[in-house]
Amino acid sequence: MTHNGEGLEQKSKGPLVYRQSIWTRLTHWTWAICLFFLLLSGLQIFNAHPALYIGQQSGFEFDNAVLRIGAVNTPEGPRGQTTVFGQTFDTTGVLGMSGSAEAPQYTGFPGAVTIPSFRDLATGRVVHFFFGWIFVAALFIWFLASVINGHLRRDIIPKGQDIAGLPADMADHARFRFQHRRRYSPLQKLSYFTVFFVLFPLIVLTGLTMSPGMNATAPWLLDLFGGRQTARTIHFAVMVLLVLFFIVHVIMVVLAGPLNELRSMITGWYRTSPGTAAEQGDRP
Amino acid sequence: MSQIILNRRRLLLGSAALGSSVALSGCNQFDFLGQRGNPVRQAMEQANVLTYHAQRALIGDQVLAREYSESEIRQGMKPNGSTEPTTAEYSFLRMQDFAPYRLTIKGMVEREVSFSLEELRNMPARTQITRHDCVEGWSCIAKWTGTPLGPVLDAAGVKPEARYCVYHCFDNIQRTLSGDIFYYESSDLVDAYHPQTLLAYGLNDQVLPVSNGAPVRLRIERALGYKQPKYLHTIELVDDLTPFGRGRGGYWPDNGYDWYGGI
Repeated sequence: MTHNGEGLEQKSKGPLVYRQSIWTRLTHWTWAICLFFLLLSGLQIFNAHPALYIGQQSGFEFDNAVLRIGAVNTPEGPRGQTTVFGQTFDTTGVLGMSGSAEAPQYTGFPGAVTIPSFRDLATGRVVHFFFGWIFVAALFIWFLASVINGHLRRDIIPKGQDIAGLPADMADHARFRFQHRRRYSPLQKLSYFTVFFVLFPLIVLTGLTMSPGMNATAPWLLDLFGGRQTARTIHFAVMVLLVLFFIVHVIMVVLAGPLNELRSMITGWYRTSPGTAAEQGDRP
Repeated sequence: MSQIILNRRRLLLGSAALGSSVALSGCNQFDFLGQRGNPVRQAMEQANVLTYHAQRALIGDQVLAREYSESEIRQGMKPNGSTEPTTAEYSFLRMQDFAPYRLTIKGMVEREVSFSLEELRNMPARTQITRHDCVEGWSCIAKWTGTPLGPVLDAAGVKPEARYCVYHCFDNIQRTLSGDIFYYESSDLVDAYHPQTLLAYGLNDQVLPVSNGAPVRLRIERALGYKQPKYLHTIELVDDLTPFGRGRGGYWPDNGYDWYGGI
């Protein structure tokens, strides 16, 4: 990796490469805003009936719940409880019961993470469906643009060499040793591929499966996901995975150099690691 | 060149600071969206209008909601909303087993008509096992028996200028200082004439109980639960929903929920 004879400046910096097209950048920030509002309004909607089930319907006279959040009265006073797959946990302060001792709040998720912060299902739904449309529109625009400009084929769909390079890339990440190459690393490709081709389609389709109108015209969605209530559960689970993705994504941006990473997603230009071969169109 | 980079850097730092302050400050910033009539909220509500038109364009008017098998009826139909209307009028009818009950079709019709429960039961019946989806998120499968609404509307002769059915109900869902607020809902004529739209008087092979809307409730199977008004007494054909309630076409739509309800 040492290049004898090159100047000091060229050693410390690779070329500035144009990495992100305007379509990638616009849709990226659109999704960032949409997912923020979709998450917080979605938790508001969940709070209207803080339980998740497997199957077509919700068991009131039988038990098919996989998650239930609520408050119970105990000898020590009210407590928040969360039951996941039959295991009950005390989640006072976070789930089921939150707020101060003087003004406890008996909601599934606390008001700090819902829109609005008070209980208002109607408004949660207005916000959720508004940003749902924008999210899907951005997905459609991104897909079209990425097919046309080659982003999909070049950067998103993992190829043989990416799979082959995966162990080395994982070892690099484990040592927090990040290569700023011209293109995404194998792990990056794989995670973006998972988001675009697994998580985003799943969350959109399970969302549509909860619509009685869509059920009439596309009953196969009910069969695909195993019922409306299972679809609702998957919708929630994918939300959790997207939140995890977001956390890892932000951590990686911070570790890999936040200014350079943010610059590439705002201006498109990305500073590569020293030793990256310059190509036509690069800047020094 | 260095000047440009410096400015970009400032821009990046500024936007990062802005983003994190929005993320950290919790969400009471967006509580204003809860104000009915707020212009930002009203703009966002247009997404529901888009959904309505998109679904009407995409979904055939006659396409049926899924019907389930007997084995999927695993529990009673969960009652929700009003479960026991307390008005004098309803109590009187209930005491007499709804013998004096009449369902009236009025408004933009050729002739106002009304039917007793006995007459409705003698009309061609349809039985369907369908899933009821509450706006809260839960679902419940039950068997509904009733007479399709379409032919009943035809008996009254719907005028061509009519655009909506308004469904008036007996139940005082909300009591206020200025009097009772009665439940009402409305639908377009596509939903009214849908083959699964029933004036339901039977539930799970029994007479429809009071908690589920006796003597007659409407079933609009391609919409959420609040579009299935219980304790129905009058259907009014209109070309404008603004004169009713707070003008948004139903008790829950008046309280900020989407009017269409097919999601």
